[in-house]
Amino acid sequence: MSLDLKFTYSEKKDTRSGFGDGLLEAGRKNPEVVALCADLIGSLKMGAFQKEFPERFFQTGIAEANMIGLAAGMATAGKIPFTGTFANFSTGRVYDQIRQSVAYSEKNVKIAASHAGLTLGEDGATHQILEDVGMMKMLPNMTVINPCDYNQTKAATLAVVDHEGPVYLRFGRPSWPIFTPADQKFEIGKAWKMIDGKDVTIFATGHLVWEAVVAEAVLRAEGISAEVINIHTIKPLDEEAILESVKKTGCAVSAEEHQINGGLGDSIAQTLIRHNPAPLEYVGVNDSFGESGTPTQLMEKYGLNAVSIVKAAKRALERK
Amino acid sequence: MEKKSIEQLESICSQVRRDILRMVHAVNSGHPGASLGCTEFFVALYFDQMNHNPKFNMEGKGEDLFFLSNGHISPVWYSVLARSGYFPVEELKTFRKLNSRLQGHPATEEHLPGIRVASGSLGQGLSVATGAAQVKKLEKDDSTVYVLMGDGEVQEGQVWEAAMYAAHYGVDNLIATIDYNGQQIDGPTREVMDLKDLKAKWEAFGWEVMETRQGNDMKAVLAGLEKAKELSRKGKPVLNLLYSDMGYGVDFMVGSHKWHGVAPNDEQLASALGQLPETLGDY
Repeated sequence: MSLDLKFTYSEKKDTRSGFGDGLLEAGRKNPEVVALCADLIGSLKMGAFQKEFPERFFQTGIAEANMIGLAAGMATAGKIPFTGTFANFSTGRVYDQIRQSVAYSEKNVKIAASHAGLTLGEDGATHQILEDVGMMKMLPNMTVINPCDYNQTKAATLAVVDHEGPVYLRFGRPSWPIFTPADQKFEIGKAWKMIDGKDVTIFATGHLVWEAVVAEAVLRAEGISAEVINIHTIKPLDEEAILESVKKTGCAVSAEEHQINGGLGDSIAQTLIRHNPAPLEYVGVNDSFGESGTPTQLMEKYGLNAVSIVKAAKRALERK
Repeated sequence: MEKKSIEQLESICSQVRRDILRMVHAVNSGHPGASLGCTEFFVALYFDQMNHNPKFNMEGKGEDLFFLSNGHISPVWYSVLARSGYFPVEELKTFRKLNSRLQGHPATEEHLPGIRVASGSLGQGLSVATGAAQVKKLEKDDSTVYVLMGDGEVQEGQVWEAAMYAAHYGVDNLIATIDYNGQQIDGPTREVMDLKDLKAKWEAFGWEVMETRQGNDMKAVLAGLEKAKELSRKGKPVLNLLYSDMGYGVDFMVGSHKWHGVAPNDEQLASALGQLPETLGDY
């Protein structure tokens, strides 16, 4: 069966390359942008920035706690620092440094976190962080962003430069469809309704937005009209957009490459329960660690693909 | 600012010590021990050594910057900031109270002039100071960045990450001081977690290391800071080992870790204040 997709792609690319290209452009546009990396320049795609702005680039070695502190000091002195390492080492490993020196101290530090979630693949659970969004969204003053493809990641990287305050910018490793426009306007905190629907709303973030686009086509072929909303900013959450959509559809699915505990779904549930209690089904990792495997295998095994979203949508509909 | 004599600086120290004791007594909490021990150092920095502007500006371009890593000795810092004009001296009476800008540990959220980053969770200040110092170098700003750490604090691993980094990049506009009083909460550092040869350790990390043997003698503290400045800008970050006595200035507190985080009672306060002349007027 060929699906009638509302968004299509002609090219795949990793979201981390969107970050790397966005960082280079940000460096050209704004002389205050500096970058730090803890021995993962290639993985974070920061090489082009390093090459063009060697004086504004700081290799920190394998010392993430120090990197966060350095960035806080550079922000104090007026710079806009981006720190770069894997999402695991950008959060859990340095939580206290982020909490005290960045979030509580209101420093204009941008924490760029790659290789988030299961799609890191073969490296396994030590590196597949699935708790980072929860940790970061709990911190006062912190903005949490998880873009969905190369173009959106690049746009988000540029947008956070103009945003005053700490930001957690989460992206990933695998090659992924580029299905959003290159010239999109990225508004922090503003959800993007990608597909109109009336029976059920799918709120998705990160890589799962593409899966939601595929799920919508599957559901439509079965006569179910799904609305797809791209929640690239998990905090601050666009509650207005969420409530408006669920008021219309009456039920929802949240989809993310993260633990159900503490993730986007949790935030949506909090919003719904306070303003408009409605059935909500979670697509996320259910209180377990990941494992080695290919991204596709892992997304299937842990129930994070379009098939899982379709099933969740049907469960939500039954509960209406 | 007119250059102050040693006597004038010592007289400020007496008042700062009174402030510290009265602040912690009023709320029956806070950390008098190392605050008293570092009084000469703070007074020397803010009333003699640093080029700084009490009309506080966060970025501090063109100014020397100070970061306090061992944030629990906030009483001495608050007193010295107030006494050097950053905020009204009367505000010291709000220390650790609800709705105060003078949080138990220094913070920026309440916008207290003079504070650039929160501290209290130990081990983070050297990293922050190093980042700020690198920006000064990048911007050809010939100012100095100072940071103070506790000696127990260097048990934290992050300190050594920052030590390695600052030497690697030759951050030579950075002067770090360790309050080398040999005490921490649970007892002498030698017993809790022996620091062994700190001088050799920092030298091995690539730092220029110097010692201020009499950390509670104003003349020696000033000479030490002058020497540190001379040693700076020669390719290496500078470490100043400041041998201080915890609780200095109060006979029943000096030299003991027991006053790390304990406030004096009414009787003890009276006795302590009796040893410290009121030189600038109590708040």
